[in-house]
Amino acid sequence: MSDMDDMDDGSGIVKKFMFLNRKAPHGTVYALEGLEVVLITAAFDQDVSMVFTDDGVYQLLKGIDTKGIEVKDFSKTYRALDGYDIEKLYVDQASMDARGLTEDDLIVDVTVLSVDEMANLMAEQDVVISF
Amino acid sequence: MQFGILVNEGPYSHQASDSAYLFARTALEKGYKVPRIFFYHDGVYNASRLATPPQDDRNVGARWSKLAADYGVDLVVCVAAAQRRGITDGVLGDNFRISGLGQLVEMGIQYDRLVTFGD
Repeated sequence: MSDMDDMDDGSGIVKKFMFLNRKAPHGTVYALEGLEVVLITAAFDQDVSMVFTDDGVYQLLKGIDTKGIEVKDFSKTYRALDGYDIEKLYVDQASMDARGLTEDDLIVDVTVLSVDEMANLMAEQDVVISF
Repeated sequence: MQFGILVNEGPYSHQASDSAYLFARTALEKGYKVPRIFFYHDGVYNASRLATPPQDDRNVGARWSKLAADYGVDLVVCVAAAQRRGITDGVLGDNFRISGLGQLVEMGIQYDRLVTFGD
């Protein structure tokens, strides 16, 4: 996407942006439109982390097929994130456990964090945007 | 202290837009700066001048326009979210403008706090 290459606000400031993904990939538009913000933020050369928690862990599930509900399947975008230098992907251990999921069920490599570890990571951020 | 505000829900169906407005107005009245408010997801519907709510209720769109007029707040509507929902330049209320997501990212970079209102 050429409009997202090398954007710059002119300040040279790099902040830590965390995107907190809490919703299932389909059913609402939050996950799809949230991804757009993540990609633009990376294009501004900011320090981007993505966290998947609650039903948000389903965004990374293998084998998503949206044919039956006739909506856009944007699942592949998550696998392309490293092409945008977005490599800090975290999932919440308790959310995975509650849904019977393990890392093997996910389409990308992630770091699984406990609640305490997640809280510490969050405390380090400059900007937290929740979708 | 400069606040950026992100509004992620439409008017009337959700309190997020009311809460965002009250937060912004109160911050401005107390002398804080709110240089820009960004409307995303269904929040873009806040910008429609076509809404005609009942006379005995608040007019959410007009209220935003007045806040911008009174305090010089930049009301920015995400172009991609707006296009999905039929919000175009032709239906924008006073003092709203349509622009890209970069305007939201800039708020995060440049302001002291970015406050999100939504689900």
